[in-house]
Order: sequence, then C-alpha cells, then structure tokens
Amino acid sequence: MRDVAVVGIGITNFGYLWEKSWRDLAVEASLEAIKSSGVDKIDSIYLGNFSGGTFVEQEHMAAILADYLGFLHIPSTRIENACASGGVALRHAYMEVASGMSDVVLVTGVEKMTDVVTSQGVYSLSMAADREYEGYQGVTFPGLFALVAKKYMHDFNATRKQLAAVAVKNHKNASKNPKAQFHNIITIDDVLNASIIADPLGLYDCSPMTDGAASVILMPLEKAKKLSNAAKPIKISGIAQATDTIALAQRNDFVTFQATIEAAKKAYQMAGKSPQDINVAEVHDCFTIAEICAIEDLGFFEKGKGAKATEDGLTEIDGKIPVNPSGGLKGKGHPVGATGIAQIVNLVEQLRGQAKDLQVNNAKVGLAHNLGGSGATVTVTILEVI
Amino acid sequence: MLTIPRNWREKPQRYMLKGGKCKDCGYTMYPARKVCPKCHSENIEIIDLPREGKILTYTVIYSAPEGFEDFSPYAVAIVELTNGARLMLQIVDTDFNNIEIGKKVSVVFRRLFVEGKAGIIIYGPKAIVED
Repeated sequence: MRDVAVVGIGITNFGYLWEKSWRDLAVEASLEAIKSSGVDKIDSIYLGNFSGGTFVEQEHMAAILADYLGFLHIPSTRIENACASGGVALRHAYMEVASGMSDVVLVTGVEKMTDVVTSQGVYSLSMAADREYEGYQGVTFPGLFALVAKKYMHDFNATRKQLAAVAVKNHKNASKNPKAQFHNIITIDDVLNASIIADPLGLYDCSPMTDGAASVILMPLEKAKKLSNAAKPIKISGIAQATDTIALAQRNDFVTFQATIEAAKKAYQMAGKSPQDINVAEVHDCFTIAEICAIEDLGFFEKGKGAKATEDGLTEIDGKIPVNPSGGLKGKGHPVGATGIAQIVNLVEQLRGQAKDLQVNNAKVGLAHNLGGSGATVTVTILEVI
Repeated sequence: MLTIPRNWREKPQRYMLKGGKCKDCGYTMYPARKVCPKCHSENIEIIDLPREGKILTYTVIYSAPEGFEDFSPYAVAIVELTNGARLMLQIVDTDFNNIEIGKKVSVVFRRLFVEGKAGIIIYGPKAIVED
C-alpha cells in the first residue's frame, strides 16, 4: 500500500445558511479543496452524507456533485454511515489511493439540515438509531446520550457542572473560529439553566442543527511532495473503522464506546503511535457526555476521569491534550455528513500551523474521532506532519 | 407513513413480547435473531420473555420527535428482564421522581403511537415502576 496524504482542504461557513442549497455548499467546499491542492484533475469522488432523502428530498447526491463540479465520467460515490458518514467516506478514499487504483481523490461531506422544521429534523436523525426497537419507543438522539449521561453520572459521581465544562470550552474555542456556527461565549450557569432536552442534558449539552460542507483532496504522499504550487501535504498515518451494536440496550457497558476503543487501537497501531503522542484531537462531541466518553475511550484519560479532567481544564487549547480547538460539533456546528471531513480540515490547519487564534503549540500529530448513531460506527484517523 | 405489513411482521416481539434464547450458549435476546450475537450459533429458540425486570439507565425526554409531541415529557429506560434480555421501554404511570437506576419494573401493553392521521394504531410494550 502507498502512503497517503491530504493535499487540499476546503470548508464552508457552518450555520443556518438559508441562502445556500446543499449543492451550493458541497460545490463551494470541493472547489476550495481542489484549488488549494494545485491539481487539475480528479480521478474519483466520495461524498459523505447522512440523510439527503429526508432533509432535502434528494438521493443520488454524489452524481450531482460530480456534475456540478464539471467532472463527468469519473466514479462518484455517496457514503452513508449516520454521523460517521464523513469519516467512513475518507477511509474509502484512503483505500482507493493507497491501493494504487486512483491518484487524486476528492472527499466531500455535506448536510443541509435547516430546510425542515426541528421536529422533522429530530425525526430524521432518529433514523440513525434502531428504528423498530428504539425509534418506536420515542427515543431521540439526545435521549440516547442522556441514557449514557445518566449512567455515567451514577457510576462515577460526575456532575452536570462537569459535563457543562465541555460546552463552555467548545463555545469559547468556536468564538475564535470564523467558520463556526456559534461565536457566543457561554458560562457554566448558562448550560445548567438552559431548558432540558432529555434529562440530564439541556440545550447547551447538545450540538445544533447545522448546514455546511467540508472537503479534502487525497493523493499518494510521494506524488503530493512533487506538487509545485500546493500547500504542505499532511500524511494520514493511521485510519480505522469499527462497529458496535446498533441498539444501545444491547451493549454490556453503556458508558464505554467499544467501537471507539477498537478503531483507536487499530489506528494507533497503524500509525505506530500511542495516546501520549497525540498533540491535538478533534472528537465527536455531538453531546457533552460524548466528548467525555471519547477522551476516555481514546486513551487520553482513565475511564471515569474524563469529566473531572475537562472541569480542570486539561482539554483546553493550552491543556495536557487539546480537544476540539475548532469548537467541536457543539460550537462549530454539526452538519452531520460534513463533520468527519471538517475534523480533518481543522487538523490539517493545526498541523500546518495555520490555525491562527486556535493554534495548538507545536502540533505535529493529530487525531480525529467521528462517531455514528449512538456509537455503532466509529472512525479514528491519525494525521502527521512529515 | 409505512405500510401495515411492516407492523404486522413485528407482532411477535411487539404484541406478544417474544424473544430469543440461544440453545448453545444460553444468551437471551430481544428481539429474536437468526444468529446468536455471542456465539454465532443459529440454534435459536423463540421464547416468551419475562414481564419483570429492572432499570439499568433512564432519561426523561422533553424535546420529542414527530409523532411523539403529545406524549412529551415522557420517560424512557433501558430495562434488563429477569432472564437477562435487554430492551428500550417507555416508563409510564410512574412519577418521574420515582424512576431510579436499579428499580424494579413490570412490562405492560400500551399504545405506542398512531401512524399519521389515517394510519394504524401501533401497540407494544412499555414499563411501570413497581416499588
């Protein structure tokens, strides 16, 4: 297998973008990635998207993207794995380049979530859970992660205040990210006093509905080094995907995401790295509790210690392990299919030293963690400066 | 809205609380599956699940999806039945303050929801806290 690098990146503003359609967003991010990579042709396209069918009444979206980019006749494939659609699309593009099948592959993630009202959006998202055995009981995604949070707080004596520290940190980081959905700084009291969505999670414990797209161009590392006018290539040194039960009830342990543990183990092994080697991480904080479980399952903190560690500031930009300097899903926004690619874009900026006010000092190795459903699909990707 | 056969197919588990038990390793499951997720045996027996269990974790949902707005707020729990099978159930007829991890519940048969304005009324299991 050939080494693979990210050469181009592109990302739209995230937010309620009434004036832009999903195809405007996907084309905008893709063009930015193509232009910044210095390539003049694309061999193949992967599109990460969760639910175009219910959010914008459009399936077969990958063909539209190729068409509107003016790249007819090449393969263009949509990947759907709930909120991990972006990460899974990236892994497929990686395999296509590593195998030697293609030299230049575009990976774009997109979701347009605000063309439907909130209850419809919540309903669409609930399709990422087990329809017959979770959805039929009225369980929402905040509900599933509330079940995790309730158990976590029960088992480890964690507090809502500790969970709230995730949201406060990620809003603070997002306030310095020009592309983020939210630029408002919030306090612990704001989080605790917000309306409850699913006990114990309040409004500020939840990521928002977001429109947005993000793109990367992958190439063989050796060929990327020879590109004359491209930005510095960043190597993908580890990438892995794992699966857990679709239904939360079927897990032995509701506060440990086994798919995160398995994907991380493989990605660390592939990259020859350990959790201590990671300088910056973008993790899947769809809810505050999800970030806490992720930083434990990825090996940054012991199980049960993540909440306290966050409260103590260890995951701040200048902390022991900076987590979600971009603002994460909570602050930057969570256009479901775009999230896994946006994480890669943010990490590439960090590793190139171009993250401006959000720059982590001396960032050489970054990790992205993208989680689908209530953890049934997880991808972990490790990026490295060469 | 989906067709009537979809609900009709779910009758054993939804209307009769049928589950599965692996005859090789003894694992119990809801719903029954073709393959045991623990030992890969296809030797699965359809069984009546017990109507008693306990709460492993729970939440109260205030922001409901389409079709459940009228029920909001409602409690949902992961329940482990006395034979080890686990399932997601709404907790009904119970004061929210009386719902705790570890509490005993019994399974009851209730209306789940109505599929649209002219759709069928779907019934299934929910749970009541016993003590």
